[in-house]
Amino acid sequence: MRIQYNFAFLDEGSKREIRRATLKAIAIPGYQVPFASRELPIGRGWGTGGLQLTLSLIGKSDVLKVIDQGSDESVNAVSIKKLIDKTTGVPATDATEAATLIQSRHRIPEVPLRTGQLLVLQVPMPEPLRMYEPSELETKRLHGEKDYSGAWLMLFEQIMKYRSVSTGADHPVMVNDRYVMAPSPIPKFDNPKMNYSEALILLGAGREKKIYAVPPYTQVVSLAFEDVPFEPESFPGHSCRQCGAEDVFMDELYDSEKEETYYQCNDTSYCLQRMNAQPLV
Amino acid sequence: MGYVAVKGGTRAIEESLKRLQFERLQSGKVIEVEAISSGMRGLVDQVMSESSLYSEELAALAIKQAEGNPEEAVFLLRAYRSTLPRKHYSRTVHSAEMRVERRISASFKDIPGGQVLGASTDYSHRLLDFDLLEETTASATAWLEQYLGMEELDQEAFAQEGRFPKVLDYLRKEGLIADCSVDSTEPDDVTRTSLTFPATRSEKLQILTRGQTGAVTSLAYAVIRGYGMVHPTVGELRVGELPVYIDSPLTQNTDEDEAYYIGEIKVTEVEMLVPATVEKENGRKELELDFGYGLCYGQNETKAIAMSILDKSLEKGDKSIPTQNEEFVLFHIDSVESTGFISHLKMPHYVTFQAKLNDVRKTRKQSTEKEG
Amino acid sequence: MGQISSPIMSVRQLNKQFGKGCEQCSNSDNRKLERNYCRACGTVYSCQNLSFDLYPGEVLGIVGESGSGKSTLMRSLYFDQEVTTGEAYLQPYKEGAVNLFQESSQQQKYIRNHLMGKVYQNPVLGLRMGFSSIGNIAEKMIAAGNRNVAAMEARGSELLDQVHIPVYRMKEAPKKFSGGMQQRVQIAKALSNNPPILLLDEVTTGLDLSVQANVLDLIKHLQRELKISMLLVSHDLGVIRMLADRTMVMLDGRVVEQGLTDQILEDPQHAYTQQLVHSLL
Repeated sequence: MRIQYNFAFLDEGSKREIRRATLKAIAIPGYQVPFASRELPIGRGWGTGGLQLTLSLIGKSDVLKVIDQGSDESVNAVSIKKLIDKTTGVPATDATEAATLIQSRHRIPEVPLRTGQLLVLQVPMPEPLRMYEPSELETKRLHGEKDYSGAWLMLFEQIMKYRSVSTGADHPVMVNDRYVMAPSPIPKFDNPKMNYSEALILLGAGREKKIYAVPPYTQVVSLAFEDVPFEPESFPGHSCRQCGAEDVFMDELYDSEKEETYYQCNDTSYCLQRMNAQPLV
Repeated sequence: MGYVAVKGGTRAIEESLKRLQFERLQSGKVIEVEAISSGMRGLVDQVMSESSLYSEELAALAIKQAEGNPEEAVFLLRAYRSTLPRKHYSRTVHSAEMRVERRISASFKDIPGGQVLGASTDYSHRLLDFDLLEETTASATAWLEQYLGMEELDQEAFAQEGRFPKVLDYLRKEGLIADCSVDSTEPDDVTRTSLTFPATRSEKLQILTRGQTGAVTSLAYAVIRGYGMVHPTVGELRVGELPVYIDSPLTQNTDEDEAYYIGEIKVTEVEMLVPATVEKENGRKELELDFGYGLCYGQNETKAIAMSILDKSLEKGDKSIPTQNEEFVLFHIDSVESTGFISHLKMPHYVTFQAKLNDVRKTRKQSTEKEG
Repeated sequence: MGQISSPIMSVRQLNKQFGKGCEQCSNSDNRKLERNYCRACGTVYSCQNLSFDLYPGEVLGIVGESGSGKSTLMRSLYFDQEVTTGEAYLQPYKEGAVNLFQESSQQQKYIRNHLMGKVYQNPVLGLRMGFSSIGNIAEKMIAAGNRNVAAMEARGSELLDQVHIPVYRMKEAPKKFSGGMQQRVQIAKALSNNPPILLLDEVTTGLDLSVQANVLDLIKHLQRELKISMLLVSHDLGVIRMLADRTMVMLDGRVVEQGLTDQILEDPQHAYTQQLVHSLL
């Protein structure tokens, strides 16, 4: 018994259904469209939502880039690329500019995305109100009534407790002045990149079975009180040890030989590109 | 400089996969897929049930590839399932037409058609059989010859084995359980459309039947131990083969006689009786027997019983009791989903952790500033 | 009072039943009930044709035994549950021209958040026990559109001070407070948006006598100072005597007597009221 896997793994009927849900998501920016999520050869919670979007959209002429935590070479990114390559033969690239389809977990690349590119983000918890209200039926109703007191209350509580917002990654955003949305666990540093993005951003949650979208040129505002402004992570006084970049999201690393902490661009392909452009000393 | 886990992934994965292969093969012995499908019936049935895919051969292959780990085997089959187009829905399967191999009732000694104990470990003593260490194909063949020879007289009964009236029909005739009319609403398909709440009964039953055996069992145990209802009684448990038919794909004909027979599936079906109080006119209360339903691929008796308990429990729907809260039960019992999300914690979370670290430092700085 | 003013809230023919009703009980003019219960079909008529007015700055007491329908009435007015039939009008909402029960749930939320406050007998219903006390108070302000942390914190502290809770405890969760303190946090929350109407449902039931007296004092004080109109439900005529200007007596879902509180206490007309008054020491 030998079988040939389909192009892009999923059967065509499934792909069509996912694309239909995607179209609906684009039509209602920030609204979580339920879909019948398929099981994939990678684990639930390991990017199956993003991967289903990628597999349902990829065509033979696409150029693919996959990053995990900012890195093209991380084990999970490689694993996803291998699967897509095995079932489609579509070439992968590290260069953000060259890619037409970018699947990412927890980062938006440093190089600004442009019209015609498509960013797919993997989402573990699509519901921004979940920690406030455990019931799906209830949160659906709250979105319907645009009742976002819960999202604001969570932020208020943090400010009361810590004197600052400590959402970490996945800081909630208001999309097109209608839906509060979980931007996926990207650092706050990346939130502003969603606002009026030239590229289409799709977000997929496989385990939670939701697809949602930020269409190009859509307003995305990070929730913040009037007197406690939204504050992305910053790395003042630090620059990348490899390429010298300053205004980027950085990894904090420890050099055990020199016994010191140093910083390095989190976006590896961006860093590499900068290094290659620098004249050899 | 030290090793940085997010770089160099390609080679690391290749080496890891080789190592995995080595672990599977290092003893130099290869287990035949056929040996699994014939000798590991329990595991095959469990894996088929949790995968929602009825194929003994593919289940055995998955078990071989997963080295016997059911969570991994189910995962493989579910992923394979995603590549298959849904070409047909079968005609309604009627469990009264089951070719019964085993049926028992805990409610009545004397059920119409009689009890059939069939193959069961229920009354086996769980003593390790050390003879199995020495078992050979020859000894198996010898045993089989002797067994089938002895059973020759019973061959007629063997052939006649089959259709039995349903115990619940008997109770219905007595008026002891409510007559439920046939509900011909087209069932929702949870693998094709997404689950929304409140869930329909068909959605609930589908998610229960493909639930992880352990999870379904544990939650049902909680129901009868104290988080929900009174003691239920197995009205009827039957294990056997059900024929599956599809309507002709070429014509619009939905005539039963024109349908195609595509094979048999072995299932376990449980109809569970649960006492329930019903309010009648004038505030008069009457005790009635309500029932819960369980049906699983293969011989999965504990799971089918547990499913019938959860079915009833979810029908009650008191959200303050976890086992009656449909979101709580249905969202958390799927093997692929729960094991996937638990295991994803192994993935690098460097960016999210860095963002958190940034916040922690900020709040510390602010509190020292405030104090200082 | 004395001057004739128009009511701030009017309720007309409010009905709430639990159960479908049958031939014997559907007609409200000649239904045969045992108390509020139809023996034929088991339907409970919790509120039957309730009509009344609440005037600006007035405290209207509602007294009755448990099961008389007074809490059901309060839940209906705060949209915690839907009425079966009936009308309610609020002067500050669209000039009292719209039946509140016909409004969308979004509008009803607006009314709850801007125009009303409610204090429940059971604080679990009115508070989020695990959130900070200041967060609980802020939730209502957030729901009414406030997005300024400092302003909400200042207002919350002021309210906690008014209800005699030390401001240094504002970040503690109500679950750590005593019953009397929890009621006072509820009152502070209910007052946060300066609502013209306050609904008080058995607020002192279950509290120690000395604590009861404190809470009642507080309510009386607030009423004098803020001139809020209040609907005050209690089974305790003592509470009613202390706070209410006018009183309605409810029995089995109906109003059996109403008038000035003094008048009802001096000269009760209905047998049930007489019994109630005579049992008052």
